[in-house]
Amino acid sequence: MRGPRAPLFLARAVYRQRRLRDAARLLPLVGFFLLMLPLMWSDAAGAGRTAVYVFGVWALLIGLAAYVAPGLAQPEADAQPEDA
Amino acid sequence: MPFDVLVLTCLAYVAFLFLVAFVVERRASRGEMRFLRSPLVYTLSLSIYCTAWTFYGAVGSAARTGLEFLTIYLGPTLVFVGWWWVLRKLLRIGRRQRVTSIADLISSRYGKSNLLGVLVTVIAVVAATPYIALQLQSVTLSFSVFAQSSPEAWAMPDRDATAIWVAAGLALFTILFGTRNLDAKEQHHGIVMAIAVEAVVKLMALLAVGIFVVWGLGGGPVAMISRIESYSDPNWAIQPGRWGGLIFLSAAAVISLPRMFQVLVVENVEEGHLARASWAFPTYLFLISLFILPIAVIGLERMPAGANPDMMVLTLPLHEGQGGLALLAFLGGFSSATSMVIVETIALATMVSNHILMPAWLWLRPQAAHSGDLRGAILLARRLSIIGVLALGLEYFRLSGGSAALAAIGQIAFVGMAQVLPALLGGIFWRGGTKLGAMLGLSIGFATWGFTLFLPSFGAGAVISADVLQHGLFDLPWLRPHALFGTEGMDPLNHAIFWSLALNIAGYAAGSLLSFPDPVERIQGAAFVNAFDDELQAERLGWTHGQAEPEALMNMAQRILGDEAAISFFEAEARAQGKAGFLPDLTPRFLAGLERNLAGSVGAATAHAMISQLFGRATVTVEDLMAVANETAQIMEYSARLEEKQSELSRTARQLREVNEKLTQLSVQKDAFLSQISHELRTPMTSIRAFSEILAEGDLPSPRVAEYGQIIHAEAKRLTRLLDDLLDLSVLENGAVQLDLGLSQLGQIVDRALAAASQTRPERNFDIQRDYTSEEIFLRTDADRLVQVFINLISNARKYCDASDPVLRIAVRQKGGRVVVDFIDNGAGIAKDAQGLIFEKFARLTDDARAGGAGLGLAICREIMANLGGTVSYLPGQRGAAFRVSVPLRMEKSD
Repeated sequence: MRGPRAPLFLARAVYRQRRLRDAARLLPLVGFFLLMLPLMWSDAAGAGRTAVYVFGVWALLIGLAAYVAPGLAQPEADAQPEDA
Repeated sequence: MPFDVLVLTCLAYVAFLFLVAFVVERRASRGEMRFLRSPLVYTLSLSIYCTAWTFYGAVGSAARTGLEFLTIYLGPTLVFVGWWWVLRKLLRIGRRQRVTSIADLISSRYGKSNLLGVLVTVIAVVAATPYIALQLQSVTLSFSVFAQSSPEAWAMPDRDATAIWVAAGLALFTILFGTRNLDAKEQHHGIVMAIAVEAVVKLMALLAVGIFVVWGLGGGPVAMISRIESYSDPNWAIQPGRWGGLIFLSAAAVISLPRMFQVLVVENVEEGHLARASWAFPTYLFLISLFILPIAVIGLERMPAGANPDMMVLTLPLHEGQGGLALLAFLGGFSSATSMVIVETIALATMVSNHILMPAWLWLRPQAAHSGDLRGAILLARRLSIIGVLALGLEYFRLSGGSAALAAIGQIAFVGMAQVLPALLGGIFWRGGTKLGAMLGLSIGFATWGFTLFLPSFGAGAVISADVLQHGLFDLPWLRPHALFGTEGMDPLNHAIFWSLALNIAGYAAGSLLSFPDPVERIQGAAFVNAFDDELQAERLGWTHGQAEPEALMNMAQRILGDEAAISFFEAEARAQGKAGFLPDLTPRFLAGLERNLAGSVGAATAHAMISQLFGRATVTVEDLMAVANETAQIMEYSARLEEKQSELSRTARQLREVNEKLTQLSVQKDAFLSQISHELRTPMTSIRAFSEILAEGDLPSPRVAEYGQIIHAEAKRLTRLLDDLLDLSVLENGAVQLDLGLSQLGQIVDRALAAASQTRPERNFDIQRDYTSEEIFLRTDADRLVQVFINLISNARKYCDASDPVLRIAVRQKGGRVVVDFIDNGAGIAKDAQGLIFEKFARLTDDARAGGAGLGLAICREIMANLGGTVSYLPGQRGAAFRVSVPLRMEKSD
């Protein structure tokens, strides 16, 4: 059903955007991993330090998202298949 | 603070919100939407996620369980920072399909099934009712906090009365701005703006309290952190199961909560805003939760032991004598509660009216689709739904007594709404999801949720008896609400999330895998999954021709969309079809567009049903579609057969044409041959007749008689030779020649040929160059025939070689299994354009009849060689005439 076959290799800009999108998709996994870390800590770490850590991770995620988002705002690869 | 001041402030604040909503609606109706379209407003409207549950409940949750409250905001953060492409797909689908609610989306995806819409609506209402009750409860509680602190003036009316007043006020606001008009896109600009304003107010309020607590009471951030660090409570330890489970749950909820879907998808004006919201919304959540823990810790330290931690945001400033700050906090909490209730109510009311009330009404009064003011009916249904939803919330609040901790109610609602997630995500990413699967998954998940979490939440003995809680349903231990299938070790919430979603997904997958979707489902499925594929979107399910008149449709559309909108839509469609006036032809395209437009007001299933009714029996049923599909298949097969036949016919015709051409050519050749023959025969006959007539007259001197007799004899001989040649040629051409194969030496054959050819122009002295050793080859062939060919070639050379000292070189070579004999003279050779002709019959280069031949010699040679399995050809570029004869060394009998 797909029209003409999508090209196998892409122009640099499109390639960058795809990788940016990959990065964005990975971000929640990274975040989830980092947020799971406090579970492994010993009880000695009190709520204060854990809170600082969690808010730090949170801020990092927001910063990364803000860095990635503008590049993904253009709907370049919308019609493209999922991978490339 | 005096209670009447509080009430007045509250009323003033509400009036301000009314004003904001009113002004924005006015400006939007005039098309001035610039500010409304900003991503900032969109992001702020998303903050509807943070309800009174956040504003009051988060502190309570933090006071009880430490950091766990953060999970509710971390889940949405994870979804927004990286997986907003899921949301973007939802947005695109929502825009394309004119989706009005999450129930509409799911119903539309699974074949516009109203039953599914009803199911999702029921789940949403059941899950949201406690949540709405929670908001009413928090507002009531906050009022009572102030009432306690101010014994003078107005006495606080009783709890239920406050809740009723608040609910009534909210209903009024929601009806005023939520059902002002029936927009095709179901957008409420006034409400969105009011919510954005409320979002700012609640953030400001919480930040203000937080800053006061950290810097005013806690001694700065560093001291605050160490204070939190040193606070020890065994309940504060992070429970791994709940931590992960709640992050997952809140991530699911942010997509599937009806109010989130409303602001995220339905009220969205531009897809691009999502990119901004991907980090701006997490930032909002970050800021909201930043001071929760400090407030909780300071509150626990300073407040008397029995204080309700859920109200600390309010009671702490009051306790510290900060009346103004408390008032701001109160407004913040009020904002969170009201904005949530308004949007949730709109979302639920849309679902209830589109999926339950309107279909029921149309079912009860089928003629209503043709007559009556539908617009009024829809708006009435909407308003009734709003009142109904709020009344439900109020009733729940009164019954539950407002005792349960805020956080628990919110979590229960989250799990309930998360049941929609498998059908939702499956629907937009998997084309294999079917109506049956969705139905199965949703109902199983819903039932499991009710059994394991919702019903037990009323307390032992309320709905589920203590006996069932203890020993399981029907005394089956593996059906205990908090330990399904023996999973006893889990926290009740995690247990409910795990089992309800696991069974839900299993049901969805099994139902989808085992059932076959009907055509409408399959088309909708393709349209949803390939939402970004524009080409596919163009071909959507359309309507086949029915009996409806355009006037009737226009009539109906006017009653739903409003006069102006309907007329302009019809006019635009008519213009697109190239027609003047207002009534377009009922093309499938137009009908699909109209249905989408109607769907924006009344939902996909209802719109489908209404157009079906107007079309009488011409509605597109599955059977119709199958029949059409069958018919199409038959036609396609028939046309394929026709095509095959046609190509066969044209192939035959081509063959016939070729044969015909060949025949024509042959006929021309035959004519030419006959005329040549007759010409060749006539020349000698003429001279024979003439001379014999002269002889017959007598009295001629005897030398003359002898001479004439000689001429007659020569001509007769030539005639005979010609006839012999012709006979020979015809025998050779027919392949009927008898070959006399035998072993003979090539040298001897050449010797014989040279001897015989020396008769031709014997007066010429020819120098023959031969290499005798190379001629020492024994051939198995018909020697006589080969000699004939050689004689012909040699005598041709003798005849036509025009050199003064003629030389004929005979070169023999062996090449593979063949012997190649070249006859090369030193004459002028044959002109290039004549080289192709010399082997044709009657081809004579000079027009010299006296050369003696009829021009059949080389033609005969060619035929002989063909019979001997060899070839004879002209060899160009040898500085003379050169012929190459190639014979196989061993000729086998061919037959």
